[in-house]
Amino acid sequence: MSNIPKELKYASTHEWVRNEGDGIFTVGITEHAQDLLGDMVFVELPEVGDAVAAGDDVAVCESVKAASDIYAPIAGEIVEVNEELEDAPETVNNDPFGDGWLFKIKAEDPSEVEGLLDAEGYQAVIDED
Amino acid sequence: MANRTPLYDAHVKAGAKMVDFHGWDMPLNYGSQIEEHNAVRNDSGVFDVSHMTIVDVSGIDAKPFLRHLLANDVAKLSIPGKALYSGMLNEQGGVIDDLIAYFFSDESYRLVVNSATREQDMAWINKAAGSFKVTITEQPTLGMLALQGPKAEEKLKLVLGDEAFAAVDGMKPFMSQQVGDYFIATTGYTGEKGYEIAVPGDKLEPLWDALLNVGVQPCGLGARDTLRLEAGMNLYGQDMDEGVTPLEANMGWSVAFEPADRQFIGREALEQQKAAGHAKLVGLVMKDKGVLRHGQKVIVEGGEGVITSGTFSPTLGFSIAMARVPATVGDTAEVEIRKKLVTVSVVKPSFVRNGKSVLV
Repeated sequence: MSNIPKELKYASTHEWVRNEGDGIFTVGITEHAQDLLGDMVFVELPEVGDAVAAGDDVAVCESVKAASDIYAPIAGEIVEVNEELEDAPETVNNDPFGDGWLFKIKAEDPSEVEGLLDAEGYQAVIDED
Repeated sequence: MANRTPLYDAHVKAGAKMVDFHGWDMPLNYGSQIEEHNAVRNDSGVFDVSHMTIVDVSGIDAKPFLRHLLANDVAKLSIPGKALYSGMLNEQGGVIDDLIAYFFSDESYRLVVNSATREQDMAWINKAAGSFKVTITEQPTLGMLALQGPKAEEKLKLVLGDEAFAAVDGMKPFMSQQVGDYFIATTGYTGEKGYEIAVPGDKLEPLWDALLNVGVQPCGLGARDTLRLEAGMNLYGQDMDEGVTPLEANMGWSVAFEPADRQFIGREALEQQKAAGHAKLVGLVMKDKGVLRHGQKVIVEGGEGVITSGTFSPTLGFSIAMARVPATVGDTAEVEIRKKLVTVSVVKPSFVRNGKSVLV
């Protein structure tokens, strides 16, 4: 069984979102998503300063098996990206909810996050697959 | 329900992620396919290949039959145990399957063929046997392991004991030897030294356990694919199939046109194609970020081709591929990756041997 932390919000496209306060949200991919993709070999991240809309493809996680687009779960500005992944993409596999985070967004409208899935809702998405 | 090898429970116990592979439940990986890959390049790994089909061919016509059936010539084999790689072709020269043929005597051979093509292979072999005096016997009760890597020899010695190991000590590549219950061959699909070992089904798990106990890494289909691609070895159904000839699949070396009077199936079609010209299978190397994938379009001098197999190479740290392209291809090509054209180098389709890059 896949680990789905209760304190996070989720998109049906397998991204997770963590509220860091001050309208900043960290985004990564779920344990379930990294398991489906397998060993990560490249992570292509957005540029700091990019303005993104919810649903934009902003990053790519490329594993031995496949390349997968990562979508912005909410609208806002990219304020930080996880540069460590450049040399250690496997961190996404080893610690998807921790050191394997992808980027941080300053939300245009922090309440947009309320519209995302909670852990239970995301579990239902996985069960349907 | 999918077929299971005798090692199904052992795979699950070892933490395997099981997937369907042409009707067989097989391990994809046991955690990380890159770690499994590296274990084979640097130490040793073991694969369950029991899904492969073993077919024994015997009888007074065994040799003339196989000289008719196969594009390579079993008459080259004179030392008992010696093996060769060959395509088995249709009349149009298309590859029905690729296989390894082991020679025991002029009246006794063993073929190891792919599992995905088992039914077509058996139908074709039996049909081709026609009036030849041969007996075709499938060996479904035999399981098979591939033990591969620079330390494969050392590990096998630990498991067999010095006395039994002496029978295969120093065995050259593409040789085989029956040692008690074990049929041990120096063949593989990784570009490393190692063995493929056929064993009665009920003896398979003890051998598997013994290998794991001496530190051999269990490896799944994921690592098998990246290893074989680095080694420049074709995957049936991907790099070639019934619609592709050996000449178009970098298998020309395995077609024995000499002696000229040997009438093997597909010969005429291949001779015509050789005279008329044909596409070829090349290697591609991309050092930029990204991964070349099966099915991507390749633009070369004089036309277009397609990537038949592509992956990230864990040994090299960048992406490699095999592509079928017009023979006019130059030193570079352009590949369409996620709507962008990327320039890649064209090389011989072989990338890693014995743990080292063969790229210049």
